[in-house]
Amino acid sequence: MNAHHEEPFDAMDGARVIPIRPGSTAPRPAAADQAGASGASGRPPSDERNPVERAVASGLSFLHRRLTGAYEVDEFGFDPELNASVLLPLARALYDHWFRVELEGLENVPAEGGALLVANHSGTVPLDGIMLSVATHDHLDRPLRLLGADLVYQVPVLAHLARKAGHTLACPADAARLLAKGELVGVFPEGFKGIGKPYGDRYKLQRFGRGGFVETALRAEVPIIPCAVVGAEEIYPKIADLKPLARLLGLPYFPITPTFPLLGAAGLVPLPSKWLIRFGEPMSLADHGPEAADDPMTVFNLTDHVREVVQQMVYDTLLRRGRPFL
Amino acid sequence: MPSTAARVVLVTGVSRFLGARVANTLQADPGIERVIGVDTVPPSTPLGRTEFVRVDIRTPGIAKVISSAGVDTVVHLNLVTGQAGPRAKAKELNVIGTMQLLAACQRSPDMRKLVVRSSAAVYGSSPRDPAVFTEEDEAVEAPAHGFAKDTAEVEGYVRGLTRRRSDLTVSVLRFANFLGPGVDSPVTRYLAMPVVPTVLGFDPRLQFLHTDDGVEVLRRMTVEDHPGRFNVAGDGVLLLSQALRRAGRPHVPVPAQSIAALGGFGRRVGGMPAFSPELLRWLMYGRVLDTGRLAAELSWRPKYGSEEAFADQAARQGRGVLLDRLASVIGRG
Repeated sequence: MNAHHEEPFDAMDGARVIPIRPGSTAPRPAAADQAGASGASGRPPSDERNPVERAVASGLSFLHRRLTGAYEVDEFGFDPELNASVLLPLARALYDHWFRVELEGLENVPAEGGALLVANHSGTVPLDGIMLSVATHDHLDRPLRLLGADLVYQVPVLAHLARKAGHTLACPADAARLLAKGELVGVFPEGFKGIGKPYGDRYKLQRFGRGGFVETALRAEVPIIPCAVVGAEEIYPKIADLKPLARLLGLPYFPITPTFPLLGAAGLVPLPSKWLIRFGEPMSLADHGPEAADDPMTVFNLTDHVREVVQQMVYDTLLRRGRPFL
Repeated sequence: MPSTAARVVLVTGVSRFLGARVANTLQADPGIERVIGVDTVPPSTPLGRTEFVRVDIRTPGIAKVISSAGVDTVVHLNLVTGQAGPRAKAKELNVIGTMQLLAACQRSPDMRKLVVRSSAAVYGSSPRDPAVFTEEDEAVEAPAHGFAKDTAEVEGYVRGLTRRRSDLTVSVLRFANFLGPGVDSPVTRYLAMPVVPTVLGFDPRLQFLHTDDGVEVLRRMTVEDHPGRFNVAGDGVLLLSQALRRAGRPHVPVPAQSIAALGGFGRRVGGMPAFSPELLRWLMYGRVLDTGRLAAELSWRPKYGSEEAFADQAARQGRGVLLDRLASVIGRG
């Protein structure tokens, strides 16, 4: 099979893969290396071709790789190429033009090595996770590996797209495995209680789960990076919850917003709130040591501490943002 | 060599692809005096110096073979993945056969070592599983039927024997799906369908193991001492969609509800594979194993990664034309 696939690659010769964004992390099959050798096959080196030609060639070579399966995924099913060239560009349109996301404190996220990003969760639909992924990919050059609820992995389409975007199930084993690989892992400890809270409770952090994220960070000996997402609360203001319907559909809640289900499908368009995402200073847990993960009191105290830090960051950032929709 | 060195080896399920290959490999080892193969049907390929005994391991006859030949090592490969007959018969073979065999092993004073072919099916497939299974993980939803349940029960009986005969070296191998020459399993039959139905909205992560590597692991386990449970799979992970594209096989997404019906129809009409609930779950949620323990224990890595094992299988099954043409047209552009 390998022999089969080498041939089309050679046939592409000069075709260079043009990164969708500079500094994207998607691996590029030897194409770039082969560019030098392309003179031998009679085509001009790619740099001399006009931009349209190059774009077409890169589009075709991308399509070719997708059609022949010539791309790699990791054990979690993360497909960096698909993520960088299909999934993230879709999200980036929302990120840039709809929510006009602004970032603060980028220097607080380590450039490499395992780290656990802990953020507040809100918005009825987890767009905050997607926007965070765009932020770390575009501005930190690191893929964000989010830990999601098992519900995500039961829903057709969402299940495999979440995996292809690099996310996985929120369980200690997966978190530990990702952190051991030196990945930037993101978690929303509030879970459904956070994302599904009524609009009246906006920006009030819910309980931070049972502190599993602290245990994980302690065991993996990685820093916790507190993160405040401001703006997600207003995208789908949940003013009521149809509990019986939610139970029927097996969902944690069935939201009623000012536009949904009143306006039908149009009600699914998120409101264009202004977003600010702030990364706080890394909280090193090195003083405690990995054995502290087995001491519930330490874990509870650290969990409360992280929650207070994130809450304070949310309030500060909220003040700086000013009006929600302008 | 330690006293547990295999001298008289009994291989169950010797008439199937794995059993025959393992028997052939073991008989080439000069340290092994006798290789005895047992199965209910005669082997289709010549077994060389392996002595074939036609005995049903569900009967006490197996105990006689073990005691009279002074068997010290049993390589239990008799797990059948089903569909070669009614389900009840497969279960009978898997579970009752194993019970009878283990009873005979426990009784025999010559016994030193037991190597059991188990399967990664014990982990099940569900959306609530960790992304990668280690040997310590258990199925979130205990398998309730089919091959997975048999495997779980077989492992249970093996644990029982390990408890009662602590002097035995017991190795349990949880194999990923086998691919390679001669393999006939629900998965190979699924992959051989002219148009492969996939479950709409799901794209599972899969791992495969080439038979060559499986045989090598079984040989090492038999001639060396490596007690414990081990995951065995080729390196790397393939998505189903990716695997089918690499093989150039046409595939069509079908809703999960109708895929079972389609499978049933195909089986009745065209001898195509039925979609057992566990195959369907595997096609939805997939399964990936952590093979770190085996690699550390044997200081060895499989020769074929999941990808190469799949490519080898695909090359033997022949490629589809349609996707290839499309890809080559685009490649030329």
